[in-house]
Formats: sequence, C-alpha cells, structure tokens
Amino acid sequence: MIHARGLVQTFTTREGRQKKEVRAVDGVDLDVAEGEVVGFLGPNGAGKTTTLRMLTTLLTPTAGTATVAGYDVVKDSTEVRRRIGYVSQSGSTGSFARAGDEVVDHGMLYGLSQKEATRRGQELFDQLDLPGLWTRQPKSMSGGQRRRLDIAMGLVHDPTLVFLDEPTTGLDPQARANLWEHIDGLRSRRGATVFLTTHYLDEADALSDRIVIIDHGRIVAADTSDNLKAQVAGDLVDLEVTDASRVGEAAARLEAVAESVEVDGSHARGRVPRAAKVVPGLMADLGAAGLELASIEVKRPTLDDVFLTLTGRSLRDAESSSGTTDPVEAGVPA
Amino acid sequence: MSFFRESFIVFRRQLRMNLRNPAWVLIGLMQPVLYLFLFGPLLEPIARQFGYANHWTFFVPGMLVQLSLFGAFFAGFGLISEWRDGVVEAERVTPASRVALLTGRLMRDELQLLVQAGVLIGLGYALGMDAAGGGAAMGVVITLLVGGACAAASNALALTTKSEDVMAPVINVVMMPVLLLSGILLPMTLGKKWLQTASDFMPIKWITDAVRSTFLGDFGNDKVLYGTLWAVGLFVVAMWWGTSTFRKEDS
Repeated sequence: MIHARGLVQTFTTREGRQKKEVRAVDGVDLDVAEGEVVGFLGPNGAGKTTTLRMLTTLLTPTAGTATVAGYDVVKDSTEVRRRIGYVSQSGSTGSFARAGDEVVDHGMLYGLSQKEATRRGQELFDQLDLPGLWTRQPKSMSGGQRRRLDIAMGLVHDPTLVFLDEPTTGLDPQARANLWEHIDGLRSRRGATVFLTTHYLDEADALSDRIVIIDHGRIVAADTSDNLKAQVAGDLVDLEVTDASRVGEAAARLEAVAESVEVDGSHARGRVPRAAKVVPGLMADLGAAGLELASIEVKRPTLDDVFLTLTGRSLRDAESSSGTTDPVEAGVPA
Repeated sequence: MSFFRESFIVFRRQLRMNLRNPAWVLIGLMQPVLYLFLFGPLLEPIARQFGYANHWTFFVPGMLVQLSLFGAFFAGFGLISEWRDGVVEAERVTPASRVALLTGRLMRDELQLLVQAGVLIGLGYALGMDAAGGGAAMGVVITLLVGGACAAASNALALTTKSEDVMAPVINVVMMPVLLLSGILLPMTLGKKWLQTASDFMPIKWITDAVRSTFLGDFGNDKVLYGTLWAVGLFVVAMWWGTSTFRKEDS
C-alpha cells in the first residue's frame, strides 16, 4: 500500500540574517502492506506529520519517491487522493457549518453524488456513534465527537488506505478508549489499511500490528511491538522463593538463562530475552531441585525501553507532554 | 466539467454558511449605505461645480466601486479562519481541483457583491438618481470585475499570510491611498494639478470614472475604455495570483 524510498523534506528557516536549512525528514524508507495497521511513533518534531503530509500529497518531497495505493505521490497525486482518507490533526470541518453538510460536501468533492454522499455520511454517523448530530455545528460538539466527525469526513469516499494524524491528542481517557475501538474497527470491519501517527506509547502498542519509530527525521526501528521489545531489553523475570535461605540456589538457576541477575530478600530477578519460552523450562528446573516458589512474575519491556535503547533517551523526555504511560510499569530496573 | 461541479460544491458550501450568518454581508453593505445617507446629501449643493445636475448620479457609482473594493478585500478573512479549522487542508486532500477551491469562493464573493450592488443602485434610484438602466448594468459588470480581482487578491493574501494580524494592516495601507486618490468621494478634477497627476497613476480612478460615465449612459468615451481595460487587467492579474497561490503546495 505504501512504498517510500529515501523521502527527504527540507525547510528553510531564518535565524536573524542567516538562512538555515532544516531537514525535517531525512531519508525515510517505509513499506506498509495491505490490511496492515502501522503505528508511526516518535516525539513531537521528529518528522511524523511531515512524512504523513508527503504521503498524502499535501507536500512534495524534496527528494525520494513514494508510491501510495499504487500511484506515485508526485506524478499521480490526484489518483492517490482518490484512494486515501486523511484525518488531520487540525480538524476538517468549519466551526459554523453543520456536521452533516460538511460530510456531504466532502464526499461530493470526491465525486460522489449528493444522494450517495448523504447515504454514506449517515451510515458513518451511525457507525461512529454520532446519532442526532447531523445538524449540529462542530463548535458545539465535544472533543471526542469532533474527532469522530473528522474520521467520518476521512471515510466518506470509502478509502482503502486511511491516514490518521495524532487521532487522540487532547482527548480524555474515556474518549480515547472509545476512539481506539473505532480505529480498530477500520480494519476489522472495513478491511482498510491504517497508518497512524502518535506520540503515545500505549496507543501505538494497542492499535498497531507494526510500529515504525522515527527520530530526528530518520526511521530508527520498524517491527512488531513484541519483536521490538524482545530485541531490545528482554523481559524481567522475578522469582520469589518461599524459603529465603535458598534464594541463592534459585538465582543460580536463573543465571543459566538470564542476564544481570540480582538477589533482593527472597526475590531473584534477571532479564531474559523471550521469557515466555524460557520460563517453563526454568520452572521444571526449579521443581526438580525442590525449590518452592511463592510467586513468579514476568514483566514485558515497554516501547519506552525500546525508544531509550534506540535513541539514548526516553520518549517521555523527548516529548514531555506525553505522560500517559505509567512510569512504574515502564521502568524495568537495570 | 468536474471543475465547474467542484467549484459549485465549494460555492454552495460558502453560500450556505453566509446565509446562516449574514452579519458580514450586512456589515459590508452598511458602509456604502451610511455614506449614501450621511455623505451623499453634502454633495447636493456642490455637484453642479463638477458638472453633475444630479448628485446621486455622481455619488452612487463611486459607492459601487468602493463596495467592490472594501467588501471584497475582506473576503480573505473568512478563509483564514477556515484554514485554522483545517477546512482548507481537508479540501486539498480530495481530488478536487485546487483552482476550484478558489473559484467557488469567488463565486460567493461575486454573488454577495451583486446583491449589495443591487441594493445600492435600488436605493440610489429611490433617492432620485438619474441613471441609464443599461449604463448601470454595465457599471455593475465593471464593479464585478474589480470586486473579483480584490476578492482573489484577498484570498491569495490570506492563504499566504495565514494571519489576520498581518492582513489587516496590509489592507489598510493599500486601501487608504486607493480611496483618497480614486475620486470615489469627490472628483479629482477639483484638486490641484499635482494631485490630479498623482491620481492618474491610480487604476481605481480610471475605473471610477468609467463607471460614472456608463451611469450617464455614455459608453463611447476614452474613460470607459481605459477603465474597462484596467478592470479586466486587474482581474486577470489577481486571478493569476490567486490561482498560483491555491495551486502552490502546503498552503
């Protein structure tokens, strides 16, 4: 669905008298298969939106090529536009217009007849939980309703590929959870390919099949959330023995499969790549030695650990306003 | 054909919003109407000095030109708030022609101007203006050309600056000399030679003179020719600016 090679976007900014060239996107390669949901993760200013604007034909790449939905974004931009839906960060409807009118007009600009656009619009209002809001003005809707209206705008022409730019920024937790369901439904119900940008770790984790991480205009990683976590930190395995005097024996057995094992009271902790595969064997091993466990806990690393390993800083440091992940959960003791 | 269809969709959307909130249309009309009622009567005793038996026949064409300038120049402000709402970007991501996004808006501006011109001319006749019907119609055509030019320029300026704070002073700086040097309120022939020479460089003066001539039923003179040429010229240049701005990426 998306094939991009060496995408570059440079902007010229002025600093006093000096002109400075900023490479907002610096050689991005991307491949998204049909039916995939891909999360494009990175701190603000990493080049997410700029990349998205190039893929949606709103911005011509300074260098590089991109094929989206089978067409070149520069040479066949109109054909690309016909096939994609774009839900931008800034909204898409006039504050004083009526919601339904906006959706119908938008559909008509895609070439639908008024009747067809109205039918599609009303169908989408039902699906997106916007009942009775057809004649409401967007300015008097809640944040979550407005975002769902934006999604209806982006879907009115039944695109096979949907771009969502920071879909849940500024929404309260309940509205976010609700929107996630709808985004999930884009693929499960409609079979659409979804490409969404976010700086929320949990959002990328919850929604995407695959995560692409961008930092300073470059792709630093692209894989499934599980693989990213597996290749980076390893899982934390925490064993608690009933007999604290034998914790050393447990630690020794853990050491056989784990790294950086440490002992703390009756706990032995260590990091294990792909713990799920190792733990059954470890359990048998401990059982054979007659070591009784009070508890065993396996903690998966978070995407923040991945980001930290890849870029040397935490995503939350890089983007201080995204404070949605629980810091306790995110912090695997080193 | 899809270009006209797309322009019409944009036009209909704009018109719908204007009708829902007609305050701007009324405010745009207030100014020339106030001039008509509060300034027009002052011209009655002096109109003869510059060769007009009927001061309304002199004044209404001037107000028509003023309406086309001021009304249309403010059209771009609406575009800025639309841009802020994300409407412009949402329209640009559709396969619709970029130019249709401009022409649809200009159609709204022209229709608005046409209605306002109708009200103004109607009031003029009611007050006793003595103008040829065909001449007034021709005057309206010239007015629409100038208004279209101003609206296109205003939309282009709006999409370039994206800021009311930049646009308002720019419009003020442009409009003051235009108003003062185009003889809209009083004919430039009353002034000293240097002032008349300065006004010769002001296209709107030629246009105002042309509209006055047509209102008098006089189509055949140089004034109408030059004024019409200026109006067409301004329209072409502003349309070129407007379309190239709307075609430009990332605006």
